[in-house]
Amino acid sequence: MLKVIELNLSYGAIHTLKDISFEVHEGEIVSLIGANGAGKSSILNAISCLVPFSSGDIVFLGNSIKKTPPHQLVNMGIAQVPEGRRVFSKMTVLENLEMGAFIRKDSAGISSDLENVYHHFPRLKERRRQLAGTLSGGEQQMLAMGRALMSKPKLLMMDEPSMGLSPILVQEIFEIIKKVNKEGTTILLVEQNAQMALSLAQRAYVLETGRVIKTGLGAELLQDEDVRKAYLGG
Amino acid sequence: MTLFFNQLINGLHVGFIYALIALGYTMVYGIVKLINFAHGDIIMIGAYTAVITLVSLGWSTPLSLLAAIVVCVVFGITIERVAYKPLRSSPRISSLITAIGVSMLLQNTALLVFGAASRPFPTIFNIEPVRFADLQISFVTLLTIVVSIALMVLLQTFVKTSKAGKAMRAVSEDYNTALLMGINVNNTITLTFAIGCALAGIGAYLYIMAYPAISPTMGSLPGLKAFIAAVLGGIGIIPGAMLGGILLGVAESMTKAYISTQLSDAVVYGILIVVLLFKPAGLLGKATREKV
Ligand SMILES: Nc1ncnc2c1ncn2[C@@H]1O[C@H](COP(=O)(O)OP(=O)(O)OP(=O)(O)O)[C@@H](O)[C@H]1O
Ligand SMILES: [Mg+2]
Repeated sequence: MLKVIELNLSYGAIHTLKDISFEVHEGEIVSLIGANGAGKSSILNAISCLVPFSSGDIVFLGNSIKKTPPHQLVNMGIAQVPEGRRVFSKMTVLENLEMGAFIRKDSAGISSDLENVYHHFPRLKERRRQLAGTLSGGEQQMLAMGRALMSKPKLLMMDEPSMGLSPILVQEIFEIIKKVNKEGTTILLVEQNAQMALSLAQRAYVLETGRVIKTGLGAELLQDEDVRKAYLGG
Repeated sequence: MTLFFNQLINGLHVGFIYALIALGYTMVYGIVKLINFAHGDIIMIGAYTAVITLVSLGWSTPLSLLAAIVVCVVFGITIERVAYKPLRSSPRISSLITAIGVSMLLQNTALLVFGAASRPFPTIFNIEPVRFADLQISFVTLLTIVVSIALMVLLQTFVKTSKAGKAMRAVSEDYNTALLMGINVNNTITLTFAIGCALAGIGAYLYIMAYPAISPTMGSLPGLKAFIAAVLGGIGIIPGAMLGGILLGVAESMTKAYISTQLSDAVVYGILIVVLLFKPAGLLGKATREKV
């Protein structure tokens, strides 16, 4: 479904991503793990066409998205839950969810997806008239996820959804990711919480300073010596 | 008491014009964080369009108003695309200096084309003032207030409820996330400039009905006052621009009546300084706090 081919990306003189290649197949949950600054967010932003890359290619459903204007990606079926949630804080919860469905015109479909989001996150329904900026961090994460789901994406990319959340809430979010995946959405999950990510993902790639250094099944990597040392505290 | 109410009405008259112009500053600032110093000169362009179409070409008033709006919008969009858009990711100071440059360019071009002498604007409405007890309210004053209120209600409704209005709010909060939603950010910014300039076109018409002298530098003063109004109310905040404009107009007119004509500008700046000392983000501005 998504193929990233020898991607190179630089910010000014700093060569941030070096020959990154990986693949996500339809229906999978694939995880990218790596330390701070490894280049995880840069990869997602390159796929979302928010940052230009210098060489390589990104192919989604058979088409290169190299020259796609960023606002057209969601139309192709790619949605991103950005790092740090990035909810529209001066808009209400409901308005945020509507923004997720900005490009859609099927109002019946939109309302049924809204119900579905409320079903996953009942808290959002209770607070739909509240300004998003006044939500707790966990609620904002739910909102950011709900907002992305409102576009009915084929591929949902999530950048560190567990950041700053309590263990119980992380558990809850990961259960929902699993459910969303079961309902047919392919998932690319960027995480520092390697334990959770690897137990959830079918396959994973380990990044270090802009390179893919390891890849394998999630369960395999969970047992891997190096990975355990580097990311799972021995 | 009659003097007070007369001055209040005069103040509201000019205040609503400031408010209409201030909306253009505040909306543009809200979305691209740019003080568009050329906005005052858009008033001048609207004014010349008005006088040329109405007097020289003999068009009807509604048609010449429409022409003023269209020309202002075309200028605004062109300036945005040509001068500001290429600088969108450069440091703020670059676009600020560019804005000042555009303002000078417009003024000097107008000087070249129209000369320095000011042109009068004819009286359009020969209608008796409306009387309430001792009070006289000129028709133009009444028209200005009613039109401005209607436009503000319309704008507020548009921004709050329409899809394009929501897109504007989303872009003004977070450019990249708006792109992730599939919002065409470039078009949204263009629309914002267009709305701001359409309001400036109407503002220009109302302004020259009150101050019928049209010259290349005529936009500077109302432009500056409107900018102050926008900052006073809280730049980037639409109701703030309305409030700021009205307060400024009333303060100015009261000072002229009760203190001194010469001091009216000093009082205006004084109010701005005092308000910003206590509320740096403006009257309706909130010190924004974000949860991480
Ligand atoms: N806009 C930018 N301009 C310059 N350098 C950048 C920019 N964005 C990221 N970088 C640099 O690129 C490198 C990779 O950053 P990136 O955000 O992709 O890492 P990450 O793996 O997501 O890290 P984290 O886990 O902390 O979110 C970092 O060294 C960062 O400083
Ligand atoms: Mg990151």
